[in-house]
Amino acid sequence: MALKRKHRRLSFVALGLLALGAAAALILTAFEDNIVFFHSPTEIQEKFAANELKPAQRLRIGGLVVEGSVTKTGDGATTRFKVTDLNKSIVVEYRGILPDLFREGQGIVAEGHYNNNVFTAREVLAKHDENYMPPEVAAALKKSGQWKPAGKEK
Amino acid sequence: MIVETGHFALILALFVAALQGTLPMIGAHRRDQALMAIAAPAALIQLALVIVAFAALTYAFVTSDFSVLNVVQNSHTDKPMLYKISGVWGNHEGSMLLWALILSLYGGAIAAFGKNLRPSLKVRVLGVQSLIATGILAFILLTSNPFTRVVPAPINGNSLNPLLQDPGLAFHPPLLYLGYVGLSITFSFAVAALIEGRVDAAWARWVRPWTLAAWGFLTAGISLGSWWAYYELGWGGWWFWDPVENASFMPWLAATALLHSAIVSEKRDSLKSWTIFLAIIAFGLSLLGTFLVRSGVITSVHAFASDPTRGVFILLLLVVTIGGAFALFAWRGPSLKGSGLFQPISREGGLLLNNFLLTVAAASVLLGTLYPLFIDVLELGKVSVGAPYFESVFIPMMIPMLMVMAIAPFLKWKRGDFLGATARLKIALIITIVGGLLTWSIIDRASAFAAFGMALAIWLFIAVLTELAERIKLFRVPLIESGRRLLRQPRASWGMTFAHAGLAIMVAGMTASSAWRVESIQVMKFGDSVTVGGYTYTLKDVREVPGPNYIATRGTFIVTQSGASGEDDALTLYPEKRTYKTRKMTTTEAAIHPTFLGDLYAVVGDKDEKSGGYVTRIYFNPLVSWMWTGALIMVLGAGISLSDRRHRVGAPAKSKIVPGSVPAE
Repeated sequence: MALKRKHRRLSFVALGLLALGAAAALILTAFEDNIVFFHSPTEIQEKFAANELKPAQRLRIGGLVVEGSVTKTGDGATTRFKVTDLNKSIVVEYRGILPDLFREGQGIVAEGHYNNNVFTAREVLAKHDENYMPPEVAAALKKSGQWKPAGKEK
Repeated sequence: MIVETGHFALILALFVAALQGTLPMIGAHRRDQALMAIAAPAALIQLALVIVAFAALTYAFVTSDFSVLNVVQNSHTDKPMLYKISGVWGNHEGSMLLWALILSLYGGAIAAFGKNLRPSLKVRVLGVQSLIATGILAFILLTSNPFTRVVPAPINGNSLNPLLQDPGLAFHPPLLYLGYVGLSITFSFAVAALIEGRVDAAWARWVRPWTLAAWGFLTAGISLGSWWAYYELGWGGWWFWDPVENASFMPWLAATALLHSAIVSEKRDSLKSWTIFLAIIAFGLSLLGTFLVRSGVITSVHAFASDPTRGVFILLLLVVTIGGAFALFAWRGPSLKGSGLFQPISREGGLLLNNFLLTVAAASVLLGTLYPLFIDVLELGKVSVGAPYFESVFIPMMIPMLMVMAIAPFLKWKRGDFLGATARLKIALIITIVGGLLTWSIIDRASAFAAFGMALAIWLFIAVLTELAERIKLFRVPLIESGRRLLRQPRASWGMTFAHAGLAIMVAGMTASSAWRVESIQVMKFGDSVTVGGYTYTLKDVREVPGPNYIATRGTFIVTQSGASGEDDALTLYPEKRTYKTRKMTTTEAAIHPTFLGDLYAVVGDKDEKSGGYVTRIYFNPLVSWMWTGALIMVLGAGISLSDRRHRVGAPAKSKIVPGSVPAE
């Protein structure tokens, strides 16, 4: 009986470990395929010039929407605008309705592909709160040396 | 004056909580009745004081007292009353006060209703609960005081973030917090049991209803939040695997696991230390969620402006609370031996597998949520882990879960008969295969994956019905007898039937809306039509309509079912884009017409100056309403189960009066 009990517990442990291993493998492969790196507009231009990044890669960019740069193109449902880290800026295109908090001068994060000097965004994130600066955007501004800790002016 | 009273009450509450967290604990250790007797009244006084504080803040919001900074930042005189009230918790300071209120509410409930609880256990539960309260109250008073005055008082306030001015979101935080913070009770029970070194069936019986209540509220809160995101953000999606969503989802996964392991602890005197462990984890994830949301360390669409010192404080609180509990667990846990043995294939085995999958799923969500943070701290770059990761990890784990979920209720405790159970599910299996094949062949564009998802939903749903039919011996005894059995089913069993059936309906909704969603974005001029998902949408006009504190750009769509003749069954959709006066912010109000088979969903966007048309976004979202219905049924299940007298420890069993045995008078 004692042996049987030990045996049973062992089989539980073995099954558990097996399942855990499967789960770990699942998580690792998912990580490998699905992590998206963030780059500032300056980095995008430098890394593409140096061929460190490829057009096929999914990327995240962030920065401020350049004042006066927002235009509609094509059939009118595509928006084109510039995003800057106050050092360099890149052109972003997005088809669809932009989030409500998307505004010129506002910090945004976009996810998509960079090809032929245009960043085609699949997703544009602006925040629920107008005082909020996405950490990535803050980082991009810090890198370009243009970061001014924002006073909460209203 | 009222505001100062509230502030003062909050400070008093902190001191009461600190006393309640220490003296009665010492009393319980020394078996000093006088010290132990402090606990219950102290919990009620603490509750009363926090209520006073909360009422004072609410009063300041309702009367638009702009000498209070918090009111200035989050309110405005022209706001409708509902949003003046919901503005109380629509900001960091106020929402933390709500957190504290609910924490005290649960403590007060234990003090008031825990009469049958073993005195030493009750005192310790209250003690742990108020130690948590001490931390939270100190946090509020030191870093996030909602009562700070501003001199001179401005004429008017900045109003509430317009996205939060919505009925769905007015009730989302209270429900979510009732769930989140409700897990503090099970945590307190777990720590108290560790201090006592004793976990018995009575303990597990006490823990179950509290877990159930917290789980029900959490389910309702998360669903409401998801529903809000669906209609308010105008993206047509209902779940984005955003860090803040994950923050509420992880405690839910842990609470679901806890709910199931507590059953085993109660009925079979087994998995005891595991149940304790889960109770600690579940509340730990709640605190972690609070940290993630309140510190702003992670990029999230939900992130609000935040202050780093607050993050440090909550992190400290998290480390002390959970670290302390784990240390106690490491010390006392090994002595909690259960007596119930079981075979791998048994009901316990099924519940164990459920626990295993839910915990690993929660861990994988945790990993994905925190990964960007680790990478950032190690200065390896800035990364984001998006929906594709979570989907490719989470879904494969839920597949075996749903499969086993159908079978496990058929297994007996201790030693189950797998073949016997599957034999009883023969009909369910046939229906599942037929249903899956039908989905695959009939709906065009159907991927094998989606058909599989629908088959899983059917499998679970039919198995739940089969299990119910077995319990009432349908078709094996006369129908009248079956009906009588149906009425006599214990409410806790009904709870399971509802919750599992609700999940099945939800899975169908999730699968269908993810797999067969139709989306169309275009510029439309007045009179233009577009056909999406079998419906034709014609843009009639777009005009400005004033609201209480906003101006709406309202579009009018005439929608007809393709092929239907005449204007008779035409319906009208009015999507809006609202521009709020005070914050100069716009919000999207999607127009949604739910039908049994799917939602018609229309959004109107900006004007295209060149063509004079408007950007519109139209979706057909199949079976979306099934998700909300499923969630509602799950919450209903929790409610029904809670009303079971067996959950009320010490409540006398209703005396059964057997017909015919009534004594003659």
